[in-house]
Amino acid sequence: MIDAVGNPQSILLLGGTSDIGLAVVEAFASDRPLRVVLAGRPSERLDAAKARLEKLRCGVEVLPFDAKDFESHADVISKAFAGGDIDVSIVAFGLLGDNEKAWTDAATAVEMAQVNYTAAVSVGVALAERLRQQGHGSVVAFSSVAAERARRSNFVYGSTKAGLDAFYYGLTEALRPHGVHVTIVRPGFVHSKMTEGMSPAPLSTTPEAVAAVVVDAVRKRRELVWAPAPVRVLMSVLRHLPRAVFRRIPG
Amino acid sequence: MRGWGRTAPTMARVLTPRSIEDVVAAVTTAGRRGVIARGLGRSYGDPAQNAGGTVLDMTGLATIHSIDADTGIVILDGGVSLDTLMRRALPFGLWVPVLPGTRQVTIGGAIGTDVHGKNHHTKGSFGNHVLSMDVVMADGTVRTLTPDGAESELFWATVGGMGLTGVIVRATVQLHRTESAYFVVDTDRTADLDELLALLTDGSDDSYGYSAAWFDTTTTGAQLGRSVLTRGSLATVDQLPAKLRSDPLKFEAPQLLSFPDVFPNGLANRVTLRAFSELWYRKAPKRKHGSVQNITAFYQVLDLFGDWNRIFGSRGFLQYQFVVPLGEEPTIRRIVEKIAQSPYVSGLNVFKRFGEGNAAPLSFPRPGWTITVDFPITRGLHRFCDELDELVLGAGGRLYLAKESRASAETIRRGYPRIDEWRKIRETADPEGVFASDMSRRLELT
Repeated sequence: MIDAVGNPQSILLLGGTSDIGLAVVEAFASDRPLRVVLAGRPSERLDAAKARLEKLRCGVEVLPFDAKDFESHADVISKAFAGGDIDVSIVAFGLLGDNEKAWTDAATAVEMAQVNYTAAVSVGVALAERLRQQGHGSVVAFSSVAAERARRSNFVYGSTKAGLDAFYYGLTEALRPHGVHVTIVRPGFVHSKMTEGMSPAPLSTTPEAVAAVVVDAVRKRRELVWAPAPVRVLMSVLRHLPRAVFRRIPG
Repeated sequence: MRGWGRTAPTMARVLTPRSIEDVVAAVTTAGRRGVIARGLGRSYGDPAQNAGGTVLDMTGLATIHSIDADTGIVILDGGVSLDTLMRRALPFGLWVPVLPGTRQVTIGGAIGTDVHGKNHHTKGSFGNHVLSMDVVMADGTVRTLTPDGAESELFWATVGGMGLTGVIVRATVQLHRTESAYFVVDTDRTADLDELLALLTDGSDDSYGYSAAWFDTTTTGAQLGRSVLTRGSLATVDQLPAKLRSDPLKFEAPQLLSFPDVFPNGLANRVTLRAFSELWYRKAPKRKHGSVQNITAFYQVLDLFGDWNRIFGSRGFLQYQFVVPLGEEPTIRRIVEKIAQSPYVSGLNVFKRFGEGNAAPLSFPRPGWTITVDFPITRGLHRFCDELDELVLGAGGRLYLAKESRASAETIRRGYPRIDEWRKIRETADPEGVFASDMSRRLELT
């Protein structure tokens, strides 16, 4: 159960090696130890994440999870809930990759769409069923500012996140009557393994800073947040720029 | 569903039983997520909600079956409120022996949380006055439990048991005799916490039936914990002024107004609560003994207002109530100081000395000092409360489950040394875990 001041007892991280996802779990765990289910592809990184959380006195269970294996999703979610209620479910897996390759190579584009959008929807449906039965809980879905207005340099990624964003936006309403809260997070440029080697955009941030925003949003049951907060203002301006002007913005 | 603190909402199927058979049917058909009884929803946290399961709204089972004017014994349903009971019993010169800060509590709720009042040091908690109760058990049987009969273990596990042993559908309660519905009250204003502690330990407290103090958490230094101590006893007819003597049992408890749900978050802040505390302190006389007051003025001021919890806005608030043993005055001082120096503010603070506890393993009161403060939910409050927990546990104290909404399972386990004994009795009575609540999941009670 999530208590009166927003402390959860259990977290499911889908995308168990996501830098931002792990930062969120660690931020909650540093306030109070909790039960964590890390769902991800088995790897050294996943084991290292488990060890790090165990140092914070968390009980950690690792579940093999492949975003592209849609058939397995219902089973993975079912296993995640086998150990008891899940208070916070974080949908944090995703691919960024090279936009030039993605828009010129169909296989790359399809993979990005499948992982970032199709898998997020598939997992969302399975989570929704469990959470409705549970009658409580919080879902955090990582969208992106690129979902608001895609640019020449990131539009394949942006399109997948736009799809995810719209799905979870609607899911927020669908789950409201069932006592379940959904928080959509739209981060700007985050320095992480996903963006390694890329040149940062203005208002760039860190996984830890995003995590602080997410934890606060879950505690307050907020439905849509930007990280860092000023990105919201920036995007609301960018969104309304005429195309001819928007096109000229570098990056 | 939410508690009185308006925090941590969850969804459940709500049934309103109209008979004991309805309760039995609901309990025996409860699904995997179980069932819990709910009274008038005055617990601050989550004991009367059950995410994904069933909640029984017990206010539909609210008949007073009999009041014996000679013996003062009343037989009534679990959903009867203390307010109703009081109104019906007073004409017979009978008084509800234990009244918490609000009368908007059901009999089942009063037993399930083992409520206490300003007279704990003389009369104990509610469970002490229950002669027997009928409880719908997990298997659908209805058992009559008494405090010293064959199933006394189950009786005391149900007192303070947060509804997790069964549904209290009927109770037999011993009322007390009174000549009037008024109190003769002595008010003493103290300059600081030390003066208050001195007044409460000089032996004078035992000469009053009722005693509790309001204290200030916004002042520091020489004014740390300045307070207004009000103590009194039920008045005899002789003690009443002439104009009240014609109708000494008149029950004056109007509801002045009900708050609409329009208040923004942050209205209860440092500035407003400091001003409130200053006023509350100043309006009290420095020393005034022998004034006659009705129950609302002396006891249940908040019952003048409906839905007063709405002034804390949509984010809600929590009530933090703990008890520490006598002799732990330095801890009390540290905690009051810590609150006063923190950014977290509280207006309606209560200080009281508890008397002896009872046989219930999860009953909250024990000999010691109890403090109650209200905090609106603001950033960082979770850490601050965890720090308070450490001080309370370090002093051998504990938190009150009726108010509890955010502690860890560990904190509760450490505060209630007899919790395993209670768990064992509960498990025997409900091996399948039919009775469950958000609180039982959160605090791993079952």
